[in-house]
Amino acid sequence: MAFDAIVKYILNLDIPRTMTRQIYMDHSSTTPVDAAVAEAMLPYFSDRFGNPSSLYTIGREARRAMEDARANVADLIGAKKEEIIFTGGGTESDNLAIKGSAYRNRKKGDHIITSSIEHHAVLHTCKYLESQGFNITYLPVNKEGLVNPVDVETAITSKTILITIMHANHEIGTIQPIEEIGKLAKEKDIPFHTDAIQSAGNLPLNVDTLGVSLLSMSAHKMYGPKGVGALYVRKGTGLEPLIHGGGHERDIRSGTENVPGIVGFGKAARLAKERLPEAAEITKLRESLIKGVLEIKDSFLNGHPVKRLPNNVNVRFSFIEGESMILNLDMKGVAASTGSACSSKSLEPSHILLATGLRHEEAHGSLRFTLGRGNTQEDVDYVVSELPEIVNKLRMISPLAR
Amino acid sequence: MTDGYSEKVMEHFANPRNVGEIKDADGIGKVGNPTCGDLMWIYIKVKDNRLEDVKFKTFGCGAAIATSSMITEMAKGMTLEDALKITRNDVAEALEGLPPIKMHCSNLAADGLHAAIKDYLERTGKK
Repeated sequence: MAFDAIVKYILNLDIPRTMTRQIYMDHSSTTPVDAAVAEAMLPYFSDRFGNPSSLYTIGREARRAMEDARANVADLIGAKKEEIIFTGGGTESDNLAIKGSAYRNRKKGDHIITSSIEHHAVLHTCKYLESQGFNITYLPVNKEGLVNPVDVETAITSKTILITIMHANHEIGTIQPIEEIGKLAKEKDIPFHTDAIQSAGNLPLNVDTLGVSLLSMSAHKMYGPKGVGALYVRKGTGLEPLIHGGGHERDIRSGTENVPGIVGFGKAARLAKERLPEAAEITKLRESLIKGVLEIKDSFLNGHPVKRLPNNVNVRFSFIEGESMILNLDMKGVAASTGSACSSKSLEPSHILLATGLRHEEAHGSLRFTLGRGNTQEDVDYVVSELPEIVNKLRMISPLAR
Repeated sequence: MTDGYSEKVMEHFANPRNVGEIKDADGIGKVGNPTCGDLMWIYIKVKDNRLEDVKFKTFGCGAAIATSSMITEMAKGMTLEDALKITRNDVAEALEGLPPIKMHCSNLAADGLHAAIKDYLERTGKK
């Protein structure tokens, strides 16, 4: 098969490889496409390449595949198929939910409630709307990264047209009390959006239990392809489109659909649902990694000890900086991430860590490991055995360590 | 490699030269601020107007550690006058370049060295 030949060619390319073992612990950044997902996508590039809007056979084939995918994505979150809008990714889903609601309901009010620890896809969208005359309330969080539903209730005014609070945080893994906020939103009849990009596929989700009217998802966080996401839009929730055109996706998101990507998303969502019981295993690895890493002197856990994504470990070490830890881990073959300023494009430390009350220098010393299907107890043991030396080495260089 | 660092940067980062304090240093330069994520202390020992020894301690990213290491190598043995002429750009060039975003924030080593020399000159009443 042509695909096998390509894989063989790539594997034989003369790419320098290090001898160290490679451990990927950055699954909240992205995940590898599952082999079964890639296989499901393949026919839709060149063989069944039809436009889902076309009436002839290969067009209908493409549409059928897309609608099957829609059903699988809907099923993952307990939604109806017709409530799923496919987008170009999680960021677009967040933009569509927030700007789409804001523009649609402008006559009703101009106030939006969000939290101070949202992903930039939400936060920067809210900042943009502020520049367009909307008023945004950024709710604080406690030191474990939790929003207090009482704060949400207090913030609601007669002008509030949207509440947008994330389900699980991408950096510290804290899971928010979405159900409680959902009840409040329903009582006051205010549209409620949640960014579930990190939790979809990792936690059991049900849009009715959560009480949300809008929910964002992304395929590449659940072993699907990059460049495809979805927005759940509860029946009766009004949205202004951001992309105008031929009226695709119920006229909410025009543009010929990314059929291979959507098919891949559908397969990934289905697999994710089947594999939800694996979360227990991942949680065990998480606890083992947290326990092992916290044995290092002057180390602390960021986020909530229990209300936490099954795969998220976020710790900080006094006196040293995150990027230099990441580079040292990389030399040992371990891929992780940090909330340090030095690794960000803005040179600002993570707004999430600062919102939990950490000082700048504390935020700089943070390290995030996000586990996934490929990780084993041996991987965890390896990281736990290598990390103390890295921390010690950097503390020897640091003027802050005494 | 990661973050667009040159091989030279990674080499100095992985094996930093002249790490540590000089107990009876003739001058110490402290630059940066942990709030911004970089803090650099440069220690110097001076003999006959030359830098007999240069050591450093740094809190910061890969670029901060590599530039600290590089400047200790560059400055060792130099006269004070020549050492004062080393610029931030000289350090970056010796490291085969730094990512643009790091040029400003983490390229503090020249400032640290100059601060240490000024400290020495003040202590000895030469300035």
